[in-house]
Amino acid sequence: MSVLVVVECDNGEVKKSSLEVASYGSQVAQLLGTTATAIAVGVATEANLAQLGEQGISKVLYDAEPRLKDFVNGAYTKLIAAAAENEQAQVIVLANSNIGAAVGSRLSVRLKASLATNVVELPKVDGGKFTVRRGAYSGKALADVILTGDRKIIAVKKNSIEALHNAGQAATVEQFSAQLTDADFADAPKQVVMQEQAGGVLLPEADKVVSGGRGMKGPEHWNLIEDLAKALHAATACSKPVSDADWRPHHEHVGQTGITVSPNLYIACGISGAIQHLAGVNSSKVIVVINKDPEAPFFKAADYGIVGDVFDVLPKLTQAVKELG
Amino acid sequence: MKFLVCISNVPDTTTKITFTPDNKEFNKAGVQFVINPWDEYALTRAIELKEAQGSGTVTVINVGEADTEPNIRKALAIGADDAIRVNAKPTDAFFVAEQIANVAKEGAYDVILMGRESIDYNGSQVHGMVGELLGIPTVAPAMKLDMSGNTATLEREIEGGKEIVEVNTPFVASCQQPMCEPRIPNMRGIMTARTKPLKVVEPVGSGARTEVAEYALPPKKQGVKLIPAESAGELIKLLRNEAKVI
Ligand SMILES: Cc1cc2nc3c(=O)[nH]c(=O)nc-3n(C[C@H](O)[C@H](O)[C@H](O)COP(=O)(O)OP(=O)(O)OC[C@H]3O[C@@H](n4cnc5c(N)ncnc54)[C@H](O)[C@@H]3O)c2cc1C
Repeated sequence: MSVLVVVECDNGEVKKSSLEVASYGSQVAQLLGTTATAIAVGVATEANLAQLGEQGISKVLYDAEPRLKDFVNGAYTKLIAAAAENEQAQVIVLANSNIGAAVGSRLSVRLKASLATNVVELPKVDGGKFTVRRGAYSGKALADVILTGDRKIIAVKKNSIEALHNAGQAATVEQFSAQLTDADFADAPKQVVMQEQAGGVLLPEADKVVSGGRGMKGPEHWNLIEDLAKALHAATACSKPVSDADWRPHHEHVGQTGITVSPNLYIACGISGAIQHLAGVNSSKVIVVINKDPEAPFFKAADYGIVGDVFDVLPKLTQAVKELG
Repeated sequence: MKFLVCISNVPDTTTKITFTPDNKEFNKAGVQFVINPWDEYALTRAIELKEAQGSGTVTVINVGEADTEPNIRKALAIGADDAIRVNAKPTDAFFVAEQIANVAKEGAYDVILMGRESIDYNGSQVHGMVGELLGIPTVAPAMKLDMSGNTATLEREIEGGKEIVEVNTPFVASCQQPMCEPRIPNMRGIMTARTKPLKVVEPVGSGARTEVAEYALPPKKQGVKLIPAESAGELIKLLRNEAKVI
């Protein structure tokens, strides 16, 4: 019996959300009196993987098959299932990412496991009862879910678990082969297109987001959003009408029909706070709203607010961040 | 080509969420239910592809009790040809996936489409489970879907970009923006929907693997702290010293 953690790697590094997942997994292992092993997908160096010891992982497995560099659902599912069998894993933890959701659901059928996605807290283990808390109703509710199967798969929502950093701890790293065949790569991508990231921070992974709405008046003013984002080391985002009007690319649009984010800090600039927008951002830890209309509904969901003109307020904020040093 | 589109019956986006007194179930009283917004992308794209091919059928499937029929009729009014309702309360994703996979197997559908997740349970699980139960590929979440013969080209969203994937039928895909512009029913559609077949079948399978112990509402916000626009820079100090997020 053990806990298996799926870590996603990108450009030779373990993703931030996977550091959170590794920390979650090692704490679950502790609760169950066992150890946590990781299986790596994507590309990382052995040195990167060994560092997962800092998150409490004792052993990291990776398959050196080069075609695993890009996400392939069939191959990833087979690899993780093989690692789970190898480790006799009772609990499997992955990120609630596009990869985690796609693979987790296939794995749950293959391993006859109970699956909970969107999980926001460590589990409660009470005798034989294993309960996790997850977000539901687009952030408007939480559900405590009992995983009744012998095996459990948990997809952890980004930014909901603090990553551990036990400096100096190293994991052992081992090669592992799932004997993947061509058939496992039937859904391999023909092409991978990466988006340009303003300021280099990926929106779905970001722990700070600066977002602009129709109140920004036009794409020519987005430098104000970008300047603040750059100073804060944040990602940029927008409301739906902004991407509909092509002021910003679609992949920056957050909300009901866009990306769901749950950063530690969400700064909304010139966004009214319509319910469909809130659905994608309301589980952010701290929400800041800048809007010239004191009646804007977003203020009801905000922790901090400034009633004012974005064109006047944003440069002041950027300046203040720079002064912090 | 035979399309199967899965639709889920969910509370309208603007619904104020409340639960039954024991907090075990969603309180449906006075709530307007709609077709899950993500599923509308799946439905519309299936209809568009069928129209482009000039032949084929679009069947909608819903796992639900009789009260979901108005939204099934709505899907028929939008342009689906026929519908199947699996007569059961959708207890969890695995149970629902088993029902869909069973119907899909019997009907030998070429393409199974659904939304990326439902806006009530936000599980994003059914697509992968159906694909695995049927032993066919799943592409999730898809932002674009084109068909040429039996080959589909899809754009799958990944963090920070997209993958362009080609798969052969049969396959499952979950759908999201900007796949198409969801259609709304017109008068003619509403009239013809009444006469389209809606078959009710009984559930099969081994049942759910998860159980909701309790629902809760997130902790209430303290209320907004307003900072005067003249001293906007103060906000940054508060974010560092009080909220500790920068
Ligand atoms: C089915 C459906 C799905 C949807 N999905 C989404 C979604 O995923 N994401 C999403 O965002 N929306 C979504 N919407 C749209 C949503 O309902 C709102 O229309 C949208 O969020 C409004 O965007 P906005 O706040 O940027 O624009 P507006 O509503 O136009 O608000 C602009 C705000 O800027 C303020 N403002 C103007 N000038 C200034 C200034 N100089 N300084 C400061 N403030 C200023 C105004 O006071 C106003 O509050 C959806 C709608 C539907 C029907």
